[in-house]
Parts: sequence; structure tokens; C-alpha cells
Amino acid sequence: MKFIKSSLRNIRRSPYQAFAAVLIMMLTFLTISFFTFLLTGSSKIINFFESKPQVTAFFKNETKQKDINALEVKIKNTGKISSVEFVSKQEALKIYKQQNKDDPLLLDLVTADILPASLEISTFKISDLSGISEMLKESSIVSEVIFQKDIVSTLVSWTSAVRKIGSGLIIVLSLVSTFIMITIIGIRISQRKEDIEIMRLIGASNWYIRWPFLFEGMFYAAVGAAIGWMVASLALWYSAPFLSSFLRGIPILPVSPIFLLEVLLAELIFAIILGFLSSFLAVLRYLR
Amino acid sequence: MIKLDKVSKKFGTGVFGLVDVNLSVDKKEFAFLVGPTGSGKTTIFRLLIREILPTEGTVIVNDWDLTKLPKHQIPHLRKKIGVVFQDLKLLFDRTVFENVVMPLEVTGVGMEEAKQRVEEVLTQVGIIEHKDKFPIQLSGGELQRVAIARALVLSPQILLADEPTGNLDSATSWEIVKLLSDINEKGTTVIMATHNVDILKNLSKRVIALEKGKLVRDDPSTSSGQVRKKEEKKV
Repeated sequence: MKFIKSSLRNIRRSPYQAFAAVLIMMLTFLTISFFTFLLTGSSKIINFFESKPQVTAFFKNETKQKDINALEVKIKNTGKISSVEFVSKQEALKIYKQQNKDDPLLLDLVTADILPASLEISTFKISDLSGISEMLKESSIVSEVIFQKDIVSTLVSWTSAVRKIGSGLIIVLSLVSTFIMITIIGIRISQRKEDIEIMRLIGASNWYIRWPFLFEGMFYAAVGAAIGWMVASLALWYSAPFLSSFLRGIPILPVSPIFLLEVLLAELIFAIILGFLSSFLAVLRYLR
Repeated sequence: MIKLDKVSKKFGTGVFGLVDVNLSVDKKEFAFLVGPTGSGKTTIFRLLIREILPTEGTVIVNDWDLTKLPKHQIPHLRKKIGVVFQDLKLLFDRTVFENVVMPLEVTGVGMEEAKQRVEEVLTQVGIIEHKDKFPIQLSGGELQRVAIARALVLSPQILLADEPTGNLDSATSWEIVKLLSDINEKGTTVIMATHNVDILKNLSKRVIALEKGKLVRDDPSTSSGQVRKKEEKKV
């Protein structure tokens, strides 16, 4: 592994170029990490909404249990329902208390009386949601129907937009990083022109001369990726309490360390490929 | 071992570096390559390490026809030929040890073995005490010895020395020539380019003379030293 020693010596001798290379790679991978977290989070939120009862019918206060049961049977008889769950006033209060356990002020103000009983209904097919929702709205005992298809479709369109913007930004930043790396490795090759000439004259093969530069490119990219990932992960960890309260009830936080390590591994692989490609292009261009 | 057959070299500027040169050097031979600046001495060395190709003719080293040698074989050729360059080509940001160990690193020799070999060679050329110094801390003669050590470290069959006494005083020049002569006696073919007449006069070695790219003299029996010895015998 002589070439590793040689690369590390080059890096030590020109720290500013090394710093610039690592910085640009860090910026690229910081962006990649942020968008990875954002897109994974969004898709988990969508999954959460899709797996939750997709139509919720809230009943008027004076509604009798037997009317609710009749409506439940009527809905079940359509054959389109995968599950129906009745949530009584007491259960609604229990859920409310669980969700607001850290805020005593909100708990004091609410009693079971002011919370409506509800039916949480899921269908086998999303296309059946509209029909069920209309059927519930026509019932005289239902005060309000929350139809989550709108939320999901809004989220899907937002996620799709974020994905497009993220992909565009990552492509542009990857290209910028590649060109900057080609330039930096090119400068390195020019600086070591004399060494290269001597090495050739004493019998070094082309690959013996090329490897330290290729390793240097991969090293910058890997270090940049690791720092970018670390900054993004720290930012996620730091903002977790705020995000948890914002996404109350949606179980996506805390993020699993395994997921974070998977992201790091994927980024390191991508970084090494990107670093190798950039240095290889530089070597082809400047080291003929 | 070395054969140049009707070799001509025309450079991009249109100038001829060599014109129809026929030359052969046997194994374990010591030969001086003489001639004024621009006569073609360095061009011959550059042809022998396949740094350049002849415009015409063939160059043969150790059964390798260099005009047909594939590019990937060039490193193998260069490991068999040690070269002391006119401008030394030492790396001034590396120590003597690091400069001399370079050919061994290129060949992939292990660090322990390489260290031992470098110390052997530095002892042979007489600068072992300077192994941790940087080239800037050494005298001209010592720098020549570093360059010779680097050329010798792979135990080459052929050693090409391009004006190794160029910028040295006569005493140091003699030391260098003596060193090259010792190396030759141990079995290495040595070709030394020089225009130092004193050295030629006092050593009975083959002299190959070039002028404006043409071979003007190549007769071992007419070398100054041998002529002098013959004359002494007659007396």
C-alpha cells in the first residue's frame, strides 16, 4: 500500500487544496443527506396516513349507540371495508391525554363530553373512499367526515416536488464537485510533474504513478461524505425535539441508528465512485 | 548487449540528433562516449531507455528491439538500465535514502529488503553517512554519488552515465570515474558520456567519438590510454 503513503504525503504537503476538495464534497453530501432524510421522512408520513383509517366520521353529541351500530353494519355490508373501529368519547379522551401528556394546561381544559365519538374506517381500495365518505355524510347522526385522501395526495405531490428539486440539486452539485476535483487533482499532477518524470525514467509503470492520485480523489470524497453525513445527522438529532412536537402522532422520530448507518454506507460508496471517477478523468486529462 | 544499427534521429525542429550511427557495446564493457555539446551523446542515452524512438534504424538492448517494444514493456526495460542523468534528476524534497530507494519502491521490493539494499549501495558509493540528509546539504560530488547509487540500486546490467563529471573539480571527477570503473569490474556494462579530455587520456578504455550526430571514431585500440601503454611498451 505504498500509494496510500504517497497520497497522504501529497495531502499533507498541500493542505489548502485538500481542504477545498473536502469542503466541496462535504457540501454535496450534506445536501444529499438532507434530501435523503427529507424524502425518507415524507414517505414515512405518507405511509402513516395511508395505513391509518382513511375516513373518520365524527358523531353528533346526542347520537345513540344503537344508531352508530346500525351505521357500522350498513357500511360493513358494502363489502368494501377492510376495518372499522369505534372510538368512544372516553377512548377519545384517553388518546387526547396520551398525545398531550406533557401539557397539563391542555389536559385540564378537556373532558370526555366535548370530544365526539367516531368511527375510523379503512377500505380495501383507495378508490372506494369517496363513496364511503359520501355515504357517511348523508347520515343524520354524523357531524363531520375527515377524508384523508386529500392529505395523502397533497403530501404525495409535495414529496414528488421535493424529490425533483433534490435530484436536480444533487446532480448539479455532483457535477460541480467532479469538475472541482478534476481541477484540484490536475493541479496536484502539475505540482508533481518532476517526480512523475523521474519515476517514469526509473521504470515506474503508468498505474504505479496513477494510483496515488486516484486514491487521493477517493480519500477527499470519502472524508467529505463522512463530514457531510455527520453534520446532517447532528442537525437532525438537534432538531428532533422540535420535529417530534410538529409531527405529533406520526411515529418517525427518533430516527433509527441503523438507518443513519445505512445512509452513511450508501454515501461512502457513492463518494468513492465519484472520487475515483473525478481523479480518473483528471489522470486521463493531465497524465498521458 | 547494445546495438545501434544505422540509427538516425531527426527532431521536430528538423535538426538531426544522430545520423546513420552504427554501434555495438558488449556485455561488461566500459566505453566512453565523447564529443562536443550537441554531438548526440544524450540522444543515444535517450534512445537506449526508449525515451525517444529513432527516425530510422534499429536499437537493440538485451535482445529487445526498442523500435518494436510495446509501451507497457518500457518500465521493464528501464529497470534493467541504470541511468545517471546529466541534470541528476534528484528530488530535492526527499532525503538521500528516499531518492535512492525510489527504484526499489517502483519495483515493489519490501521495505526491509529495500532498506538493506539502499544501505549496501550507499556504502558502495561512499555516502552512507549522508543517507538522512537532503540533496541541498550535499556537495556536487556527493550529489553525483547519490545519482549513481540510485542508478545502481536495482543491480542493472547496464549503467549509462551522462556527463557525471560535468561540474566537478578534477580530483572529484577522478573519484567518480574510479567508482564507475569499479562498478564495471563487478560485471556491469558502463557507458559514460564525457568531454573531459584528462580522463580519456589517463584511462585505457574504449572511446566512441561523435560529432554533429555522426560517429567519427570507434576503435578500442586507438583509445588514448591504450595508445600510451603501447608506446610505453615499445620504449
